[in-house]
Amino acid sequence: MSQRVSVRLRVNGVEHELDVEPRLLLVHALRDELGLTGTHVGCDTSNCGACTVHLDGRAVKSCTVLAVQADEAEVTTIEGLGSPEDLHPVQEAFWEHHGLQCGYCTPGMIMAGADLLARNPDPSEQEVRHALEGNLCRCTGYHNIVKAILSAAETGRRGAIHEPAPSAVGRESAEELAEQGLGA
Amino acid sequence: MSGASDSNGQPWVGRRLRRKEDPPLITGRGRYTDDHSLPGMLFAAIVRSPEAHARVVSIDASAAKQRPGVHAVLTGEDLRLESPLPCAWVPPGVEMNVPDHWPLARGEVNHVGDPVAVVVGQDRYAVVDAAEDVFVEYDPLPVVVDPQEALRDGAPLVHEQFGTNRVHRWSLGADDVEQVLERSDVVIERRIVNHRTSGAPIEPRAVLADYRSGELTVTTSTQVPHFVRLFLALMLGMSEERIRVIAPDVGGGFGAKLQMYGEEALCAAVARHLNRPVKWVETRSEHMMVSHHGRDQVATVRMGATRDGRLTGVHIQLVADLGAYLMLLTPLIPTLGAFVMTGCYEWESARVDITGVFTNKVATDAIRGAGRPEATHMLEVTMDQLAAELGLDPLELRRRNFIPKERFPAETALGMVYDSGDYHGTLARLLEHIDPAEVRREAEGLRARGVYRGIGFSTYTEICGLAPSRIAGPAGVGVQAGLWESALVRVHVSGAVTVYSGTSPHGQGLDTSFAQIVADRLGISPQQVEVMHGDTATGPQGLGTYGSRSLSVGGEAIVKATERVIDKARRIVAHRLEAAPEDVELREGRFSIAGSPDRGMTLAEIAGEAYVVDNMPAGFEPGLEATAFYDPENFVFPFGAHAAVVDVDVETGKVDVVRYVAVDDCGPAINPMLIDGQVHGGIAHAIGQALYERIHYDDEGQLVTGTFVDYALPSAAELPSFETDRTETPSTTTSMGVKGVGEAGTIAASPAVVNAVVDALRPLGIEFLNMPLSPQRVWEAVQQAQEGVRA
Ligand code: FES
Ligand code: FES
Repeated sequence: MSQRVSVRLRVNGVEHELDVEPRLLLVHALRDELGLTGTHVGCDTSNCGACTVHLDGRAVKSCTVLAVQADEAEVTTIEGLGSPEDLHPVQEAFWEHHGLQCGYCTPGMIMAGADLLARNPDPSEQEVRHALEGNLCRCTGYHNIVKAILSAAETGRRGAIHEPAPSAVGRESAEELAEQGLGA
Repeated sequence: MSGASDSNGQPWVGRRLRRKEDPPLITGRGRYTDDHSLPGMLFAAIVRSPEAHARVVSIDASAAKQRPGVHAVLTGEDLRLESPLPCAWVPPGVEMNVPDHWPLARGEVNHVGDPVAVVVGQDRYAVVDAAEDVFVEYDPLPVVVDPQEALRDGAPLVHEQFGTNRVHRWSLGADDVEQVLERSDVVIERRIVNHRTSGAPIEPRAVLADYRSGELTVTTSTQVPHFVRLFLALMLGMSEERIRVIAPDVGGGFGAKLQMYGEEALCAAVARHLNRPVKWVETRSEHMMVSHHGRDQVATVRMGATRDGRLTGVHIQLVADLGAYLMLLTPLIPTLGAFVMTGCYEWESARVDITGVFTNKVATDAIRGAGRPEATHMLEVTMDQLAAELGLDPLELRRRNFIPKERFPAETALGMVYDSGDYHGTLARLLEHIDPAEVRREAEGLRARGVYRGIGFSTYTEICGLAPSRIAGPAGVGVQAGLWESALVRVHVSGAVTVYSGTSPHGQGLDTSFAQIVADRLGISPQQVEVMHGDTATGPQGLGTYGSRSLSVGGEAIVKATERVIDKARRIVAHRLEAAPEDVELREGRFSIAGSPDRGMTLAEIAGEAYVVDNMPAGFEPGLEATAFYDPENFVFPFGAHAAVVDVDVETGKVDVVRYVAVDDCGPAINPMLIDGQVHGGIAHAIGQALYERIHYDDEGQLVTGTFVDYALPSAAELPSFETDRTETPSTTTSMGVKGVGEAGTIAASPAVVNAVVDALRPLGIEFLNMPLSPQRVWEAVQQAQEGVRA
């Protein structure tokens, strides 16, 4: 597998040109090539959703996308959604409502939740539960995750939510993270 | 000396404080094992047996070795290990067959996934390709999968040398139980199957080993870094102080990471062999195949009562499928359950007989609840069966037999001493939230539409706070370790505090609850308390996180160390303000003199004196920190009452949990939000087992449910929101009165769900069902019942 191809990705607002094996999964490009380790891997059958990112504004499982398929695409990862200093409302709501325990499913859950709210700003509990069907959590029993997303929706209806695109601060810290390179 | 500490005078303990842990985790800045990389790091992939039982005839690695970027292919003999993987349970007076268990098989494989060779190379993907180029010739041996089959004469033997598949026998309780049952008005017998499950944390395991100049550092996704260090030392023949084990952020454990795994020793041995850092990351398929499983017990439960519903005796004969090897605590798990097999009830006599069995499957060991979910399930399901037999309301049967709260500390028919309990209290609280009569009325209405609604209960007590060393240790139950916990509380010069705990939390939120406990006692904010754990290089010897022990044992060690710090702080204040140390008390964030609250010092001022020293008397020992070890006198016994309401679609067999109400009592709450979170997760885990999840091997020992496609972890769409409440009955074992809650939901929920499904289907004549209540099983039961009616 020595043949390599060039891929251009825009990740959290930063341009990258990568030289990759054609079979490289997007999740490994993000984690191993760009050092963005916030996107996790929890399965090998596209069931768990720990690897969820936004590809051109829509949530995808990055273990199911080849890096080459994302050529010229805009990718937002958890690092770019918000930073500790400037949380996205879904991140804030996960903190407030204890929507995470071990935190491993959390980046994927938050990305899935943000995607849902971008499409449906006023979901019912059942709609939230169905939207999360592809994201598994073993710790929380989903109770507080659902609560967090419903609460973020409420925040959004009060006008405080922004599109799941990188905020200025998010972009900076994502750059920083990317600069730290492999294994950040 | 607890007391008011923040500006509005309220203690931090008891508040729903949001977690200190969260900011990095919600922004992708967590650091799990696979997020760590080192210069020169190589990746490992493991060649695993596709056979359930076979002799390894030959291993040809030549093709793999020729692949570009492959550094080595190693087999069992290459690793130069001094001892096999450990089993830490050696019960006194019990004969046990313990097979050698090596990180790479030596000559024979005993379950699918048993590792045979390791491939090490530069690239994550390339080592997997190379592993497929390792050609192993197997000579298949006969396979045994069913534990009861395995006990029959002439069954294929998993380990030839023992001449039997029996691992051990272990009993607890009275000899007269069968006589007591014989004298009883009513005796029922049920065969309760508690099927095999996977812990399935969402982060699979991962190990990164780095060996340089005689020092080994292993970063691993574990619940027990100190145990791993000790066993690495023994297996690698290294001195313990040259090994550092780090559990960084760990993405859930549920017991699946309470283990000394072969891959941990394997990566360390290979790193030493090649002088390069080595990382191995488990795939989900590997996790399902080789991370230890849980449950897998078949019990024959005989239960007796008088006509008017007084329990007389219970005799449980249990066959535990332990799999092919005995891992860290494999044979102990059913025993841990046995301790609470009498539940919340008074009995004349009780007895548990356990038989451990080898099969050609991966080992079972602790999975969330570890023995207690099985015990509670068999007991609570049989209680409902008995109630039906007696024509009594299942709650009435329970009420008639609860140990009354005045009787605590209560010695049970199995010889445990329960610290405290109020079983009528939690059940009464539960019924404030849910009215069974109303549910039954709804059920009547729904049945006309083909929906069968049922309600089920479980009232449980569990045993946690592992563990009092004298009871659980080598001379007692037989665990080859003390089971205390340690803490180091260090006040820095500025008055900020670092707490080192020997526990190793991985999602429970203990950084926050520990900080709340310390903040109140030192008159500071939890923000000023940094909690560290999971690194053998930073604090005293510790024992990790499992068995709902971290607060009731680890937290008590922190309290003890904090009290030592306070003693010294008082002496410093007394000296500076010319008062007696006994007169120094914490008021509104200051250590002040009783009777003259204006005279006092903050922790920061005290720390300044402790480290600058020149104001202190001659002979003063500088510094402000203390280490403490806490060994509990007894276990703690949380309890509660749960109710499930289910709808069964008899056309499809599909079961929906429409309401779930839980009242748990784990003593006074440190952080109620975290307790709720633990209960939610526990309930979901047990609903998963009751309805969806099942590890299934076919007759050839092939794993059928080896990925998340076929092993059905429940998603948000399958579960309802939960209703939770608490009562608070303090433990008499711990100074804070706290018990433990990490496993409670898992222990309580499966019988409530199964009882609810049976309740729903009783109008069809269905009296009893075993888990998992998959659509297929329920549908078949409904078909049979309807044919029975037609016939
Ligand atoms: S890792 Fe992508 S769905 Fe599990
Ligand atoms: S928080 Fe641990 S898996 Fe969801």
